Amino acid sequence: MNYRIVFQTLGKILLVEATLIVLPLMISLIYHETEMIVPFITTSGILCICGFLLVKLIKPNNANLFPKEAFAIVSLSWILVSLFGCLPYIFSGVVNNFFDALFESVSGFSTTGATVLSDVENLSKGLLFWRSFSQWLGGMGILVFVLAILPNVDPRSMYILKAESPGPKVGKLVSKVKVTAIILYLIYIVLTLTLTILLKIAGLPWFDSVVHALSVAGTGGFSIKNSSIMAYQNIPAEIIIAIFMLFFAINFNLYYFILIGQGKQILKNEEFRFFVIIVVISTLIVAINIMNLYGNFGNSLHHAIFQVASIISTTGLTTTDFNFWPSLSKWILIILMITGGCAGSTCGGIKLSRVIILGKTIKNEIKYSLHPNQVITTKFEQKRVEEDVLRGVVSFIIAYFFIVLLGTLIISIENVDLLSSLTSVLTCISNVGPGFNLVGPTENFAFFSNFSKLILSIIMLAGRLEIFPILVLFTPRLWKKA
Amino acid sequence: MVRVLIFLTIDFFLWFFNLHVEGTQMRIIIVGAGKIGKAIINTLVKENHDIIVVDILADVVEDIVNTYDVKGVVGNGASYEILMEAEANKAELLIACTPSDELNILSCLVSKKCGVIHTIARVRNPEYSKQMDFFRNELGVSMTVNPELATAEEIHEILKFPGALKVEHFANHRVEIVGLSIPKNSPLIGKRIMDIRKEYNLKMLICIVERDKQAYIPDGSFVLQEDDKIYVNAQKTEINQFFKKIGQLKTKAKQVMIIGGSKISYYLAQKLIDNNVAVKIIELDKERCQILSELLPEADIIHGEGSDQTLLQAEGIEYVDALVTLTGFDEENIIISLYAKLKNVPKVITKINRYDLTDILRETELDTIVTPKEVTTNIILRYVRSLQNTIDSEVKTLYQLVNNQVEAIEFYIPDSTKYTGIKLKDLAIKPNILVASIIRNNKVIIPSGNDYLQAKDSVIVITTNKQIRDLEDILE
Repeated sequence: MNYRIVFQTLGKILLVEATLIVLPLMISLIYHETEMIVPFITTSGILCICGFLLVKLIKPNNANLFPKEAFAIVSLSWILVSLFGCLPYIFSGVVNNFFDALFESVSGFSTTGATVLSDVENLSKGLLFWRSFSQWLGGMGILVFVLAILPNVDPRSMYILKAESPGPKVGKLVSKVKVTAIILYLIYIVLTLTLTILLKIAGLPWFDSVVHALSVAGTGGFSIKNSSIMAYQNIPAEIIIAIFMLFFAINFNLYYFILIGQGKQILKNEEFRFFVIIVVISTLIVAINIMNLYGNFGNSLHHAIFQVASIISTTGLTTTDFNFWPSLSKWILIILMITGGCAGSTCGGIKLSRVIILGKTIKNEIKYSLHPNQVITTKFEQKRVEEDVLRGVVSFIIAYFFIVLLGTLIISIENVDLLSSLTSVLTCISNVGPGFNLVGPTENFAFFSNFSKLILSIIMLAGRLEIFPILVLFTPRLWKKA
Repeated sequence: MVRVLIFLTIDFFLWFFNLHVEGTQMRIIIVGAGKIGKAIINTLVKENHDIIVVDILADVVEDIVNTYDVKGVVGNGASYEILMEAEANKAELLIACTPSDELNILSCLVSKKCGVIHTIARVRNPEYSKQMDFFRNELGVSMTVNPELATAEEIHEILKFPGALKVEHFANHRVEIVGLSIPKNSPLIGKRIMDIRKEYNLKMLICIVERDKQAYIPDGSFVLQEDDKIYVNAQKTEINQFFKKIGQLKTKAKQVMIIGGSKISYYLAQKLIDNNVAVKIIELDKERCQILSELLPEADIIHGEGSDQTLLQAEGIEYVDALVTLTGFDEENIIISLYAKLKNVPKVITKINRYDLTDILRETELDTIVTPKEVTTNIILRYVRSLQNTIDSEVKTLYQLVNNQVEAIEFYIPDSTKYTGIKLKDLAIKPNILVASIIRNNKVIIPSGNDYLQAKDSVIVITTNKQIRDLEDILE
């Protein structure tokens, strides 16, 4: 492996993070939170020094960037960014425990939105902004951001874009990697700004609108209220958020198609159609199932659609405590938690395109068993699915469930009940946020031991990076020079 | 309305991130990502064009999309649907270089109807090559390239100047740049460039010196050493005079031996025979020998193994003026060429398919190496660049020399500007830039410091600075 290029890129990423920490610092200055100035400046300083040392001291002797290096850059930078990102929590004294801070930071960048803080309303505005901003960055991807702003992007950075972006097949929007990254972020920024303004119009204060828009955009789900979005009792805002959560769960390529005037492509998109069908069906079933809890169908439909949108987009904001819902609705939510939204969006989970491809593979397998000599091609989005994509999908899904099982096994050492331990792992690997029972929407993850918090942090990162970039870190082959 | 606004924002961001799309950039579709396709992509990407690759093989496209800043489309490049997916309606140029002639031509025709302005097709079947004019005038295919024919032409040019390692043409063959190496006891060793021109009293310019794989644009005080490779710019007659005066004149090859009876061999033999050169072709395949003897009655066709030293000796390898190895195997070509060098054949030309090998071959005695891929790529690139330049700049043609370290660019000066009418020695020209020739009223001037540029001149500028795209760029 080309260590030098890896470390140099890591250095650049740390410098970018150092610059970005200026934003929450400015928020703190605006709201006269003097106690937050030192923590943010120290963090930024440490990042600057580390980044500068890496960039200046390590001069790459060649610019060879291959999949190996790209994987290492992606996974190491996410780990480093999360590690440094937890410093403001520690320096401000909000958490005393390193593992709590790490969990909070990873939960931010991985857009999970699970928290160990029982009282977020007491946090300073600067820190609240940092929490949500980290989700916004993590949503579209830290490295995609870096690719968009760095000059002279190596075309081989496509490997980085691929390793970081979710979905079974990542393509370019335009011929240049850098322009692709810029367009993605532009779409992202425009959608986020629209959401902010709409929330403000719906009656939320400016700061609350911005922070919620950031965490919805990244499909993270950090709220600045202990009882999440239900604290506002603001129906229009809830509806706006529900719609935007669905927007952010759609493949961003589709927005690009609208931009270039090929809006019709969206209707042809198999994954999008599947997404709409799933949302409609599960909303209806849940709405009918929970009707007697909320009195009338209007109310239950409102809660159903918000919760379904929140879970399928893996955001994790809630308007009601679904711990008290009937089993059928709970299981629907768990399934949505596993599938997640569309590939190429900001949400987590397996992604619907993988689910579709797997479904088709199974269907074909059934055909094979009846007619062993039949030749079948699996088609997705009107195109033949290549052998390696197929293999990738199947092994990803197997790895996903393997990690869920292993994770649950480790968490169960704490002797929490089955549903709590299973859903805590599921919610972490799919980057949702809340689970059921002890980790339900009104609860938090504070009661876990440090060891479990570390494991859950790793699982969150693995979920965000779609498992393999994190798994390769543990293979000795990655670290060999040749 | 909203869309316009969004596009303006995108434009602003692109400008902000210093990515603003310059006028010279084109949208180019490349159909077929084989050896030549890749080589073209490799160069055009560096020049910041918007490139879309179309190939039938998904993994090939995948690989290229991962390595270069290009977009990929998997599918048949002659299909309307696929071409529209590659946004052919917005493309300026389509280059079709799949292995199939018919597909290439069809792809050009279909894309033309989709709205592509210029199309280039690789067509290697001689039966089609004959109707190039028809393709251009009636079907609208802007250019057809035959790799084998082009390679044969290149080899033929080298054989015309046997003392030269390489010959490049400019301005419709009026100006030539000839590369030669300086052997031991050459009278040029230890001389300053400015003295050479005086001493020999010739209208010529030494415009590039290659030393230890590094290319230099020499100034007057540059001193030549043994084993330098120099590139001389002059008219044909002057070049022969120069070769004569430095004692490196080798008479034009009269007797050429070609190993391997490929298509290139056929084209080359045909050209040589037309120029009254005796040709002997050694080919392993009996049937191919028969076809060749039918096609080339004047040539000696020998059936036998080209790497068989006894056979080569029997056929008089020691007495031929030049030997060209054109078998299908690089290794065989290299070994036969080395053997020929051992036998003191005056000129040995080695054909290599894998361009990577040229780096290894630098260490051997083989100095004249021809790569069909490079030849074809250069022809296509030349067209692309001239196209790009007709769009807004004054560049007429652009050539890459010395392993792409040096560019030779032909500019046209339409009107008088601030640099016209001033003697070259009084112009503040940037370092590593040389005005190599001026073509005025169809006459070639090899300039000295007292010459000057004027309107309607064509100028050939040689530089290692690859940012020159306008004649004004050469000035400080």
